Amino acid sequence: MPNNSVVVNQIGKRYRIGAAPAQYRTFRETLIDTITNPKKRLHGKMTDSNSFWALDNISFNVAQGQALGIIGKNGAGKSTLLKILSRVTEPTTGSARINGRVGSLLEVGTGFHPELTGRENIFLNGAILGMKQHEIARKLDEIIAFSEVETFIDTPVKRYSSGMYLRLAFAVAAHLEPEILVIDEVLAVGDAEFQRKCLGKMSDVASQGRTVLFVSHNMSAIVRLTQETIVLEKGKMVMQAPTAEAVDYYLSHGFSQEGLRTWTAADIPADAEPFVPAEIRVLNPQGVISDTFRSTEPVTVEFEYRLAAPITGLRVGIYLLSTRGEFIFTSFDVDDTETFERLRVREAGTYISRCTIPADILNEGRFVLGVNASVFKIKRYFHDEQSLVFNVDGTGAPGTQWPEPRAGLIRPKLSWTIEVKE
Amino acid sequence: METKNAEDTVQTFIQPSKGWKIVDLKELVRYRELIFFLTWRDLKVRYKQTILGVGWAVIQPVLTMLVFSIFFGEFAGVPSDGIPYPLFSLAGLLPWQLFENSLRTASRSLVTNRNMITKIYFPRVVLPLSSVLASIVDFFVALPILILMMVYYKYSPNIYALLIPYYLLLTVVTAFGVSLWFSAMDVLYRDIGYIVPFISQLWMYLTPIAYGAGMITDPRLQFIYSLNPMVGVVNGFRSSLLGVYNGLPVQSMLFSALISVLILVSGLIYFRRMEKQFADLI
Repeated sequence: MPNNSVVVNQIGKRYRIGAAPAQYRTFRETLIDTITNPKKRLHGKMTDSNSFWALDNISFNVAQGQALGIIGKNGAGKSTLLKILSRVTEPTTGSARINGRVGSLLEVGTGFHPELTGRENIFLNGAILGMKQHEIARKLDEIIAFSEVETFIDTPVKRYSSGMYLRLAFAVAAHLEPEILVIDEVLAVGDAEFQRKCLGKMSDVASQGRTVLFVSHNMSAIVRLTQETIVLEKGKMVMQAPTAEAVDYYLSHGFSQEGLRTWTAADIPADAEPFVPAEIRVLNPQGVISDTFRSTEPVTVEFEYRLAAPITGLRVGIYLLSTRGEFIFTSFDVDDTETFERLRVREAGTYISRCTIPADILNEGRFVLGVNASVFKIKRYFHDEQSLVFNVDGTGAPGTQWPEPRAGLIRPKLSWTIEVKE
Repeated sequence: METKNAEDTVQTFIQPSKGWKIVDLKELVRYRELIFFLTWRDLKVRYKQTILGVGWAVIQPVLTMLVFSIFFGEFAGVPSDGIPYPLFSLAGLLPWQLFENSLRTASRSLVTNRNMITKIYFPRVVLPLSSVLASIVDFFVALPILILMMVYYKYSPNIYALLIPYYLLLTVVTAFGVSLWFSAMDVLYRDIGYIVPFISQLWMYLTPIAYGAGMITDPRLQFIYSLNPMVGVVNGFRSSLLGVYNGLPVQSMLFSALISVLILVSGLIYFRRMEKQFADLI
């Protein structure tokens, strides 16, 4: 297989659960453990009861110059896979062969030191990411220009705003020229303008014949940047297919089919605190939860959540997306300025934010609902672009007398007038 | 894991590691720029936003020397092998502080650079190594003070001063070896952060810095005492610098080297064994 950049062969990764891994241990704990339970040793054999497979028997190839997407829910093993391929952690079983230098964007800004200036951090970070000094020196001007922090380049980065910091960090990473680029969700950073720039940079990389492994929850970015995608579910690879197919599969499987999605504590990232999403559901005009609606009837969306503490300036909203990840609209419960003023501080308690997608808007097909709870420019508490999928049936919609699919995501009922011109 | 260089591309083979290879020197050579930059970062950052800056590298040993000279030298009259006490203690303090600074920074180096370890691959041994390298610079900053003191007390080194680099190397090797143990254990047990300052304080009293090794006369005790690798190193450094030797101290040179290398090799083996779990456990 001469043209494969990455060959992954039956890789598995087992993690220990319970006592040891994430927690810091102290001698005392170890001593107590050893005394009370002499058979359990920190470095003892892992058994099925005290460990789980974060990745199980994963095999795939990536051809040189190909961009491969990796999608799956939180905890499906995406990040573990990237960590193994970038050699941060070792697989428990299996092997992988990688042809070429791997540049990893698992997190931008790794190794940045707050006391050093922007320029010094460029050199340091470049070295950490595997760039040679002369390479960095050659690209220095380009990196500084890309980061848009020229004026502050000789200021310690601890005085940077978080936006400047991210831009500088990304600029260094974006100027790596590895044969294989590993990217994990970096698109989530920065403002819209900067994200556009990053996406542009990434498609440049892909079009230069370099191999890209791209993990994201952003389906539209996956569709735009990759040709092929693998879907992971609970550590197992469920499919490897052309991206459009894989994304459609991902969005339509693994979700509740009842028009309802519930979040349990395990699904909620720790930084969502104090926002606790509970459930999102879609209801038909009879008030019944359903997963299929008629294009001619309104769809009511209810998002139930709890605030463990008051939040100022909170907005809770929904996204509507196609199964290909294209955004159709975004709407927040406090879009109306008067409501926003009234609810400036949302007290602790349980809430339901409810809205209705009017009748005669959606075309037939499958739609994805996402949720977002954030404070503008301050913090995004919770965000899930694929909370729920529902179907829309076109029966009775305008134009259904012709049995042909209508192009487009929406099918609004417009009022036409026809007049004969004299 | 093994990496080999083809004509133009790097091929990496990833699989669960086994075997007893203790350190991949070829890989370290490829990562020499990273070692350089991390050392440079440690140096650059160490005295940022301080008034006295690099002056601290001089102030610490000099003040310690003053306190030692007053209390141990003057009041207690601690024997100093016939050398003026201030010179005696400073000549012991400099290699000791090289050792202690290396140990203190290198032992914490993995945990303080946690975010690098969990995100990027590089030979982990680079972190304690560059901390040790950065400490060497402090030593050379303070060295002129010692030379001035020698001039003041009219001490001139003899031919055995050529042994100084040898003992410095042993200091660094020992510090690096102990740091390998401590830094790898630090990943698992955060106690190490509390233990290291305490251990190094005790260790200093077990090393002939404030007093001369000649104080210990019982041969059995002498042997146990000399198992402390820093005994031979500090004595050797001081004696070769101050012109005490008048014959090559072959026996003590070899013995010190043996202990230092043992610590280094065992440290490398332990580090290697733990290394693959760092990213998961840190």
